[in-house]
Amino acid sequence: MAEKKKSLGKEFTKGIIIENPVLRLVLGTCPTLAVSTSVVNAIGMGLSAMIVLVCSNIVISCLRKIIPSKVRIPAYIVIIASFVTIVQMIVKAFVPALDSALGVYLPLIVVNCIILGRAEAFAGKNSVIASAVDGLGMGIGFTVALCCMATVREILGAGTFLADAQNLLVLFGENTLGGFNGFTVIKDSAMLKPMTILIMAPGGFFTFGILMACANKIAESKGKPKAELKGCEACPMAKNCALIAKGENCGSKEEKEEAKA
Amino acid sequence: MVNGKLLTVSASPHVRSVQTTTKIMLDVIIALLPALAVSVVAFGPRVLLVCAVSVTCAILAEYASRKIMKRSTTIGDLSAIVTGLLVAFNMPSTIPFWMVGLGSIIAIVVVKQFFGGIGQNFANPAIVARIVLLLSFGAEMTSWVKPLTWKVDAVSTATTLASLKTGVTENLPSFGDMFLGMRAGCLGETCAAALIIGGIYLCIKKVIKPIIPLTYIGTVAVIMLLKSHGNLNFVAYELLSGGLLLGAIFMATDYSTSPINTKGKVIFGIGCGIITALIRMFASMTEGVSFAILIMNLLVPYIEKATTPKPFGTPKKEKKEAAKA
Repeated sequence: MAEKKKSLGKEFTKGIIIENPVLRLVLGTCPTLAVSTSVVNAIGMGLSAMIVLVCSNIVISCLRKIIPSKVRIPAYIVIIASFVTIVQMIVKAFVPALDSALGVYLPLIVVNCIILGRAEAFAGKNSVIASAVDGLGMGIGFTVALCCMATVREILGAGTFLADAQNLLVLFGENTLGGFNGFTVIKDSAMLKPMTILIMAPGGFFTFGILMACANKIAESKGKPKAELKGCEACPMAKNCALIAKGENCGSKEEKEEAKA
Repeated sequence: MVNGKLLTVSASPHVRSVQTTTKIMLDVIIALLPALAVSVVAFGPRVLLVCAVSVTCAILAEYASRKIMKRSTTIGDLSAIVTGLLVAFNMPSTIPFWMVGLGSIIAIVVVKQFFGGIGQNFANPAIVARIVLLLSFGAEMTSWVKPLTWKVDAVSTATTLASLKTGVTENLPSFGDMFLGMRAGCLGETCAAALIIGGIYLCIKKVIKPIIPLTYIGTVAVIMLLKSHGNLNFVAYELLSGGLLLGAIFMATDYSTSPINTKGKVIFGIGCGIITALIRMFASMTEGVSFAILIMNLLVPYIEKATTPKPFGTPKKEKKEAAKA
């Protein structure tokens, strides 16, 4: 396959904008919307998911010839779940405040579509090093997307930036950076107020939509097809898609079923 | 024709309407003016400033967003002015100016231009702006003043709906006051008389059809009648208070966010009425008009699909068989 010859650098950078898992592939939407209310939570979530992603990509890639393809999904989930458990225990032990802030979304990394998606689309077919680099790129892309959303939502919605930074900085000891605990950007006064709706669910969707539009614009300027309803070729997952390789598309399955009926 | 030609041959359409978007929007603006005038009398000249800020922001936002997206300028169709006015009508008169401006910008940029401009918005821009501001700045959006006191920091008071909900009925304004708009509320929603005059004007000019307002208000009336076991007094207060008339006449009838044919309009109106009544009766909020219209706006594509008339002559049986297969 021609794709295999792609340089490691490209495998790394594609995850950041062009195939950004959140903004271009639209995977992992649930944690994105839920966690991106504050930048610190976003960084914590992004890093945890990245560690799981890199580790699971490596192990799955190592085992790709041993795992029978019929049971690959359960096998992948078991591998991913073990790493999530490890990460969760580490977070609980060293950054307990983050654990309580992320709540159920930390263990839910198990079912994060990005990780299973990359396992299925990339790690199951590519070499160990390429998979690790892909996982790292995708993880950074996830973190960057989360941070972008969280920056907008936290500044406009809560009027702060990097609030509760000690939740994360506790990793480097008590009162790192002189007890830095975030800035207040918009003070809640009679004159000016933060827009609460942005840290609520509708605000999350607004921000998400606008950021997706921006990412599409950037990817388009780099010569990638528009993410419009243009058929399967425009899909960012196109080159990993088994159906396209067979010369079919997502619609043809439904057509067949209709024909049967 | 004057130049001696007997026949003009051209492609269809042959019958053209003189009605244009600009004319329709101008009619809507004219219909909104009586309510604005009463509001100025009731809440003081600050009302005019709120409207001015809102309309200016709406026009600027429309102009700027069209320019940035490299589309043709559409300020000339006056729709931005209508949106700006409606946003202002949904605010209390004490609202800080920047909040009104923000509301207008959200209405125009996020709801209208992001989805392709006039005729393509998925929901009524003014309704979404109101809801966004209500959820963001709850305190400012619900600080009502007594009418005819004319000061910003004047006596704050509860709306009639809030009083009705809590069952405190001693201080309710009289029917006459309710009808003429001398009650607490958003600046454009208070005067029933002016809104009804505006609505009748729009109907006469054939800008709107009376179906949606009538079914909407009728549904609320019926439900409230059932709830109060036939207490007409209570029903009348429910109908005159809150933003029901403003919403039913001016916002629910927005072309791009309401169904096209009569059957769809009836469903739309009844749906709005049911949701409004349910929110008024059971939810923690006192007013549900904006949420009702937004929810029904989102359902419009499905209503349209369900009420599309069948072309004449389409056999019925074939369709059923197709559905079974």
